[in-house]
Amino acid sequence: MSFFDVIIQTLDSTIRLSVPLLLACLAGLYSERSGIFDIGLEGKMLAAAFAGAAAASVFHSAWIGLGMAILVSVSLALVHGFASITHRGNQIVSGLAINFVAAGSTIILGQAWFQQGGRTPALAPNERFEAIKLPGADALRDVPIFGPIYSELISGHSLLVYVAFLAVPFTWWVLFRTRFGLRLRAVGENPAAVDTAGISVAWLRYRAVICTGILTAIAGAYLSMVQSGGFVKDMTAGKGYIALAALIFAKWRPVNAMFACLLFGFLDALAIRLQGAPLPIIGKVPVQLMQALPYILTVILLAGFIGKAIPPRAGGVPYVKER
Amino acid sequence: MAEAAIELIGINKSFGAVRANRDINLEIARGTIHGIVGENGAGKSTLMSILYGFYQADSGEIRVNGKPAAIKSSNDAIATGIGMVHQHFMLVDNFTVLENIILGAESDALLKSSIAKARSELERLEREYGLEVEPDAIIEELPVGLQQRVEILKALYRGAEILILDEPTGVLTPAEADHLFRILRQLKDQGKTIVLITHKLREIMAITDSVSVMRQGTMVATRETKQTTVEELAELMVGRRVLLRVEKGEAKAGEVKLSVKNLVVKDQRGVTMVDDVSFDVRAGEIVGIAGVAGNGQSELLEAISGIRKAVSGSVTLDGRPIDLTGAADPGELRQRGLAHVPEDRHHVGLVLAFEENENSILGYHNDKRYLKGPLLDVDAIMADAKDKIEKYDIRPANPRLRTANFSGGNQQKIVLAREIEQDPGVLIVGQPTRGVDVGAIEFIHKRLIAMRDQGKAVLLVSVELDEIRSLSDRILVMFAGRVVGERGPEASEGELGLLMAGVEQKEAAE
Repeated sequence: MSFFDVIIQTLDSTIRLSVPLLLACLAGLYSERSGIFDIGLEGKMLAAAFAGAAAASVFHSAWIGLGMAILVSVSLALVHGFASITHRGNQIVSGLAINFVAAGSTIILGQAWFQQGGRTPALAPNERFEAIKLPGADALRDVPIFGPIYSELISGHSLLVYVAFLAVPFTWWVLFRTRFGLRLRAVGENPAAVDTAGISVAWLRYRAVICTGILTAIAGAYLSMVQSGGFVKDMTAGKGYIALAALIFAKWRPVNAMFACLLFGFLDALAIRLQGAPLPIIGKVPVQLMQALPYILTVILLAGFIGKAIPPRAGGVPYVKER
Repeated sequence: MAEAAIELIGINKSFGAVRANRDINLEIARGTIHGIVGENGAGKSTLMSILYGFYQADSGEIRVNGKPAAIKSSNDAIATGIGMVHQHFMLVDNFTVLENIILGAESDALLKSSIAKARSELERLEREYGLEVEPDAIIEELPVGLQQRVEILKALYRGAEILILDEPTGVLTPAEADHLFRILRQLKDQGKTIVLITHKLREIMAITDSVSVMRQGTMVATRETKQTTVEELAELMVGRRVLLRVEKGEAKAGEVKLSVKNLVVKDQRGVTMVDDVSFDVRAGEIVGIAGVAGNGQSELLEAISGIRKAVSGSVTLDGRPIDLTGAADPGELRQRGLAHVPEDRHHVGLVLAFEENENSILGYHNDKRYLKGPLLDVDAIMADAKDKIEKYDIRPANPRLRTANFSGGNQQKIVLAREIEQDPGVLIVGQPTRGVDVGAIEFIHKRLIAMRDQGKAVLLVSVELDEIRSLSDRILVMFAGRVVGERGPEASEGELGLLMAGVEQKEAAE
């Protein structure tokens, strides 16, 4: 295998690995830009992964699976909204509660419904979102350089991968080019300004958490219905938290978020590829160290390399009308 | 007279047990500037918030231009042509001027056309009212005066015919305030109606056509500005005659209580803030330190009270030195009879989350009177707090209330009561009446004079020149860290003003 092929393959898995991070990161962006911190991305993703895989295997339809995932994830997002917008509760506590509920209930329900130790049955091809071949992918395969890039890297992914990457410019457009985006950014900075301008702070924030719910649902569905052929317990494995880190790293901006998630995805892909392979000079590196690499880098990046990340000023603070 | 732009009929509003507005009637003529004055907590802001739809009245009617108006939200208020400039600006700091102006009044679901429309409309408003502001500037990079202008433009952009301004000059420099008044007069000439809420009586006299006075939730009087005086308004606000200038006898200065010699203090950045300052404060006199804020007065106070480290020099209290290494024990200084009313009562003087009774002994909580063995003697503390509340007329008279829920004037009284009632030999006071209303100012001034007459030494630092002049027996003026002059209480405002501005005046010194 040529060096070029290795690069293409690594980049290909970079894309696959960064998709769930990217979707979760954009999900968090909507919520946090509106001033609602959401540590519960992890839990919503996990619940959506379970709901999606379970519904897909029962109804034999990937689309019903996705719909179910969205329903469950948005419901959890609304619970978070109800606690933190309507009742002005502590947003961290509410988010954590959602994570615990999701971690526990997916295993219990999975065992009760499918008796496979918390797993859902393996999904048949028509119950998953399968790879899409872009037009001309086969014809161009043999063109040097461009051919493999197009047919391997760009073509041949699941629909949800394209959705994730299209969500980046879309989110940017919504945030910076529409009335909704202007208000969303304003409510995360100074809700009193929004309130006195005659706009409902609560309704605006509810819409933001619904957006969050939809995107975490797609992230979860990707995990259980694209990346693997069914739900496995705790399959999110901290991706919701990494997405939050990426969000800070990206300074709450959609395009930055994409690059941050691609970087984390790349590190993951690199760790997998380099497992067991001897490196020049250093020699063989323990597997565990390679697996820890993305997390170590996350800590280093967050600690010093991104400069000052200023969160939305009203983030985490419930809005109370003042006398 | 023109017909009424706003009529409020029988407005009532309660927050829990507190009746913020009681049966308010008010009529404001179109095309006039109408002032509403009252002490903090008199219900001015509540009334205006009702008019702007931020709250809803429990009962009563609002009429705008003679027609009954149902104002249930800020949206309704905007639609009826009412705009409000809040005391704390309602702007998104990291947005541009244009973005702030269109927020909530976008003409379209997409921003591009909304912004284009706002840009041309803004140009028109700027021409018409002389309100220049760079439309693409970021709010947080603008000076406060311009931010306020954006708030006014925001209201005008929404078609406001009636403009409410809540304490608009609190954050402005005198020059910015003058500019604001010019703008308001121009708006009036264009036929807008302006409601000005303030507790600064001078502003009322300077700019309004008529004025209403509120006290404890009721509307006590409405006057034509030309036919009233500052004294009458002050009396109406407080409900009794107010002495705007305290009366006091001759000082009988005794021995030196506090002596500062060649004191040098630097701030965190290493800049010299107090530069070779020396002075004495004697028993039975008030020494006032005048100066524009930021000329070293704060650092001087902190060094003397042992909070901030001094670089060199000495301070003696009753002939014994005070530790200036920054390691002084404030408790020990208090025992030696040095009481300190800090400039910043919110962060240094009080713990706002504590109950009133806890704050009223804070710093003296190791005193035997408040202890029962190793524990606090709650009954003694409560009795003591009630006693202070009565003596200092602290309202509401509830020692269990959280300190944050008291008005600024009453919070200041809590601090003063705590420090004065310990019967100190020396009292250091910073900005005693900042954010305090007229009635409480009079009370505080009287207490300080009484301290002096009891033979205590008082060191007063204030940026209010009137206060310095009416209280002090000797006035020191600080400029750029140095004492640039000493004057008697008869010194004119102009003379002190020149000294404060750092203008050397040889003739005046002779």
